[in-house]
Amino acid sequence: MTVKPRTAEVQKPPKYNWYVFTKNVERDKYLLLMFLPIVVYYVVFHYIPMSGAIIAFKAFKPGGGIFNGEWVGLKWFLQFFESPFAYRTIRNTILISLYSIAFGFPIPILFALCITEIPNSRIRRSVQTVSYMPHFISTVVLVGIITNFFTMDNSGMINNIIVKSGGERVDFLINPGWFRTLYVSSGIWQNFGFNSIIYIAAISGIDPTLYEAAKIDGINKFQQIFYITIPMIATTIIILFILQLGGIMSVGFEKVFLMYSPSVYETADVISTYVYRKGIESSNYSFATAVGLFNSVINFLFVYTANRICRATTETSLW
Amino acid sequence: MKNGTRSESDTVFYFLVYFIAAIAFVITLYPFLYIIAVSFSGSQAVYQGKVFIFPVDLTIDGYKQVIKQTGLWRAYGNTLFYVIAGTAFNLVATTMAAFPLSRRSFRGRRFFNFFIAFTMYFSGGLIPTYLLTTNLGLYNSRWVMIIPGLLSTYNVMVCRSAFSAIPEELMESAKIDGANDWQIFYSVAIRLITPTLAVLTLYYAVGHWNEFFRALLYISDEKLIPVQVLLRRILIQSSGELLGSNVSSDDKAAVSIQIRYVTIVITTLPILTIYPLLQKYFVKGVMVGAVKG
Repeated sequence: MTVKPRTAEVQKPPKYNWYVFTKNVERDKYLLLMFLPIVVYYVVFHYIPMSGAIIAFKAFKPGGGIFNGEWVGLKWFLQFFESPFAYRTIRNTILISLYSIAFGFPIPILFALCITEIPNSRIRRSVQTVSYMPHFISTVVLVGIITNFFTMDNSGMINNIIVKSGGERVDFLINPGWFRTLYVSSGIWQNFGFNSIIYIAAISGIDPTLYEAAKIDGINKFQQIFYITIPMIATTIIILFILQLGGIMSVGFEKVFLMYSPSVYETADVISTYVYRKGIESSNYSFATAVGLFNSVINFLFVYTANRICRATTETSLW
Repeated sequence: MKNGTRSESDTVFYFLVYFIAAIAFVITLYPFLYIIAVSFSGSQAVYQGKVFIFPVDLTIDGYKQVIKQTGLWRAYGNTLFYVIAGTAFNLVATTMAAFPLSRRSFRGRRFFNFFIAFTMYFSGGLIPTYLLTTNLGLYNSRWVMIIPGLLSTYNVMVCRSAFSAIPEELMESAKIDGANDWQIFYSVAIRLITPTLAVLTLYYAVGHWNEFFRALLYISDEKLIPVQVLLRRILIQSSGELLGSNVSSDDKAAVSIQIRYVTIVITTLPILTIYPLLQKYFVKGVMVGAVKG
């Protein structure tokens, strides 16, 4: 008995008409029924808010549904760009992202290169296991640890170490000059181990005969890293790098919100925290929606472009 | 025969490898050890900054104090509810979304794929979502921790690739045996993707456990708050709500610091002890996500 090729149906789509449509609905009725609640969910919790962003162009008043208000055009956008907050929040958003990439991106790669070279598997595994641990702490607890470690009080561990080694106490938490450093370095601490997983996997996927051949040719360990390992994982590195650049306008709101205080707003306030304060705390709904919409659109353009570049250079993409 | 310079440079190489690994090990582990040490130290020793790696004036007073607090346990209970109920809803919805999208014969598959993928890249933003959610009457309701986050589109994609990897012949033969798509879904397909379901369960559960912002926005009722909201008050805003009334005002500052560290241990330890057992699933999860969806 011969097996029917499974793509037969797909290869020749029937001419589309009402009859075919009803037949398809009849055939796929269970799939459609299954998918119906999903469509409802996406419409309600994603597409309605998306169209609700229309209030960015209106003077929204609470209490009359989520679309009401008089048209005001670009009033809120202009108000935002004429205020000093536009420059401050956009600059902070971009700088925090760029610093996170500049310092946070290479470290997992370096760590993966080291970890995979450890010959003793027990040491290798325990270092790996420990390095993933911080990833599982919640943002609230992470920020709690930061504030308690870096406080100027006598109980602040970091300042105690500084004093013990002969330094002066530093006002890490209230000095705007320290915010980005704390933000970026705590992020690295939390995620370098977990982010290295993908590189470790890429490295262990390299054909071992490459290394054997190289050994016969007499190259040393450093040369192995530079001439075999890194070129072999270059695609992974490039993809992740481009995708990170694409996310440059989306700084994690939660961590900034939990970490910052009015004394460090100058360097810490990002677009999303500004939207929160204006919208939720001060109830300037339309204005905050406009700022948020600006952020969403720019963010979308970045992600889209990054994705196109990715596809063009490596034939891999998210879509 | 070994080349002299080669083995010499290899010695340097291994020294560097072990050196970097050691630094990584110490930097990640030390904060945890310090937190545990402080939680078992006398409050005055902590207050005066005497603890570095081992507990000073070993005591479990901090734990006794924290364990008595009903507020913390109620918040813990709420979080547990949100984790279990939320994850259950997540899994049902995610598989129901992913299965039709994985069927090649499903008409409209391309459109629906785009329909959900688009939400990963563009959103209406915080304010419209906030207005909608409050308008739906979800403010101060337990459902707000479950329904608006019912699906993670990324996880749907992960689940969809798992379904797509099932050989079509298996489903065809079930069909020949008279099974309809629904029966194929729950008696064939679901059973074949259990490793992926384990990964998704972990991801969703950790997400619910860590959820903070949604509760901050929509839950003001003290009876419903999850543990992360309470943690923010204790750890970051330094509120003294876990202090007992029997603490003299001189000791208050000292005890409050000790209690913060005890609270970190109590709320983080469960995850950190479970996770090494589940590590392979987390690692697998990263790899599942890396495969193009």
